[in-house]
Order: sequence, then structure tokens, then C-alpha cells
Amino acid sequence: MSQGIDVVGLYVRDQDEAVAFYVDKLGFRIHTDVKNGEYRWLTVQHPDQPSFQLGLFKPGPPVHDEGTASSLRAIVAKGAMPPLVLVVSDCRAAYKRMSERGVEFMQEPIDRFGTVDAGFRDPSGNGWKMIQARR
Amino acid sequence: MDELLNQDPELLRRLLRAKDRMDAASHEEWPVRRLARVSGVSAAHFARSFKEAFGVPPHRYLLTRRIERATAMLRDTEMSITEIAFHTGWGSLGTFGRTFRDITGENPGTLRSRGRATARGLERVPNCVVSAAHRPHLTTAVSEKRRRQAGAKKGLRKIKEVR
Repeated sequence: MSQGIDVVGLYVRDQDEAVAFYVDKLGFRIHTDVKNGEYRWLTVQHPDQPSFQLGLFKPGPPVHDEGTASSLRAIVAKGAMPPLVLVVSDCRAAYKRMSERGVEFMQEPIDRFGTVDAGFRDPSGNGWKMIQARR
Repeated sequence: MDELLNQDPELLRRLLRAKDRMDAASHEEWPVRRLARVSGVSAAHFARSFKEAFGVPPHRYLLTRRIERATAMLRDTEMSITEIAFHTGWGSLGTFGRTFRDITGENPGTLRSRGRATARGLERVPNCVVSAAHRPHLTTAVSEKRRRQAGAKKGLRKIKEVR
């Protein structure tokens, strides 16, 4: 077996909306989508990265009380969650494809540090940096 | 904290959009009316909500972003200080220099030589993170800062720490 990080999760405001974004717009695949009462364990995967799952979790019961959930929703909506980085082979091509699908870019592709990077947000407010892999 | 809890996440998400737009084009003019349109709220509502959400009024946030960009350009480019001033949205070199000193406690030229000496290794960190780490703490009004400075001439670094 190989050891390492298996799942890292994000908070999203709506899991159906998150699926529409990460699967339909970004091209990720659903790995697990299981409901248990109100709780929904939902993870997606990058098609080129089968060893890693990105969890898309909604703050709320039974994990959080309403006050905590409300704070978490506010923090996500303010874009205050930690940075996320997506590596792509061609940043401008990915930018074009994703823009056409309606992804909200906060920064257009810029050449710097010998590569190209752009920035986008998911509908909830999570911010992604999209960096072109150095060759 | 109560204020944070009272702000609707949907509104916060739209306020974030206005903040993102300032980040993307901080050299442009961002009157409250324009920002309010991005967020889909009234101008009067916008300024108050923005400050509640992000801790600083929108215009003050814009100033920090401009100084942050100028700082990066001083560090990473060969552009002259005049060019940098106009590139980052200032109408005059004088205003730029004064605001820069008020916020960072240094002259643009001083920062340029210091930044070059200490910036090694940052190319490994995504740029957005570097920018945020270098963002000046502007939690007091520039005018307020000047008043404090006049009161106690202890050097600007101290004042910065007082916040």
C-alpha cells in the first residue's frame, strides 16, 4: 500500500452547486457521494490524480452547531479560506475553456516567474490559483 | 463578531466579488458607486457592509492594494519610481510618495534597496500568497496616522505596530 494524504476538504455553501462547478465546469469526477440523513459525504477527484480526493463539505449539523456553521459560511463567502493551487499544462487554454463555461476568474492569466498563472473562485468563494506547470 | 454572524453569506460573496475586482485592477478608479454595482447593492449599503465584512473601508483597502503592487514592482522590476507611481494608479508622484511613507514607514527608494536584499526564495511561493504576506496593515486612516506621528515622533515602525 502507499501512504499519504487521501482526502482534503473544502467548505461549500451548496453541494449540488459544488458538483455542477467542480465536475461540469472544471472536469473533476465524483469519487464518493453518500448520504446519511442530513449528512452528505461528497468527494471529487482530478481525472489525472486518482490518489487524491477533494472533499466538498457543507457546514452544518450534525458536525457543526448553527453558530459555528454560520461563521464558517461567512468565512468561505469572504474568501478567507486557505489558498488552493491547481496545476495545468496550459494556463491560457484552461482559462479560455473555463471562462466559456462561466467560471468566475478574479485574475486573468499573467506571465511571471517563468510561468503563467491565473486565479478563479468557486461559487462559494474558495479561491484557486491556476499555475502552468514548468517544463 | 456579532456583526460577522449577522452578515448574509450571499451578500458577503457579492462583496468579495467587488474586492476581487479591486485586486485585479487596483490602478483603476473605484468609486463606491462602481463597487456597489459589482456587488448588486446600493452605494450607501455597500460602504458599510464592506467595512463590516473586511475590516476596512473600500477606499482604504484599495490604497493598501496599490501600495502592495508598488512594493512588488519596486522589488521585482527595473521601472523608475515615477513609472511605478503612475502604473499603480496615482495621479501624482507627490501623493504616491506621501501615501507610501504613511503606510509603510519607508520611502519607495529605501524599500527598493531593502526588498532586493531580502526577497530570495519567494519565487517558490504562489504570487497571491506573497502579495498577501506583504500587504501593508492599514487599519487606521492615513490622516489619523499622521496625527499620531505628529504627536509622538517615535518613528513610523512603532506606529505601524500600534495599528
